[in-house]
Amino acid sequence: MFEAVAFYLFAFLTISMFYVAVTTAQALYALCALAAGMIFISAFFFILGADFLGAIQIVVYSGAVMALYSFGMMFFDTTRDIKEKQGNKFIIVGLSVIAAILVVTIFSAPIVADNITALYPIIEGVGNTQQIGMVLFTKYLVPFEVAAIMLLVAMVSGIVLAGKKMDLSLTLMSEDEIRRMKEEKNKKVLS
Amino acid sequence: MEIGLNHYLVLSTILFTIGLVGIMRRKNILMLFFATEILLNSANVGFAAISHYYGDLTGQMFVFFIIAIAAAEVAVGLGLLIVWHKKHNSIDLDFMTSMRG
Repeated sequence: MFEAVAFYLFAFLTISMFYVAVTTAQALYALCALAAGMIFISAFFFILGADFLGAIQIVVYSGAVMALYSFGMMFFDTTRDIKEKQGNKFIIVGLSVIAAILVVTIFSAPIVADNITALYPIIEGVGNTQQIGMVLFTKYLVPFEVAAIMLLVAMVSGIVLAGKKMDLSLTLMSEDEIRRMKEEKNKKVLS
Repeated sequence: MEIGLNHYLVLSTILFTIGLVGIMRRKNILMLFFATEILLNSANVGFAAISHYYGDLTGQMFVFFIIAIAAAEVAVGLGLLIVWHKKHNSIDLDFMTSMRG
């Protein structure tokens, strides 16, 4: 009973939050709604007994990814309303429904076949984090290391791409210096 | 009233549809990134539900790696977006009609 109430409550909250994130015209509303939806998604992980993933979801998505987005939004002009495509609504809805049916088919195919055997079964009486650690550092060690290298490459590329002119601080420079630099650059580099 | 695997799969599908609609109707690339996050999260819910109802840890492993990939994607994508915004002062999709640098 408790599980059902929690599921329906968080399902409603998640769907409404993501709907707001998709349809709103203000970037700040979309960001806040997306962050709230991420936290509500982590509730499903807790209900499903994947405690470690729930914690990871909160830390990575609501913490790191949302902080990155809000940091990036400082560079962009977010006060303007977002223009939207004036396309054919029926094509959009039709394509979405077709894709969703495809996803249901993909997910339900193994259920219909019912021939799944657990490769790494969940052990009773052992914590979720401990089980994930055991599987991750034995069977999935190589993908784990590759993911670490991928994150390192992403970090370096982020620094290289966004870090130009980061050694200059607009708050520490005087007005004349800023104006001179804008003139010689003749481009909106720092704004 | 028992919550089964199908409930979670339907929820995952609804979230996936919301993300798809978002990708197709947005023009701002930042908003496109938001919709991409919604898509990844819907897949995560599906993986976690199947992992729970089949008693298999592989689904949770996949969710773990998907979260790592999403973090890397955000870092690289936002870096590229900042460079583009510095150059062209706009992040609308309409202006990205050519691959010239």
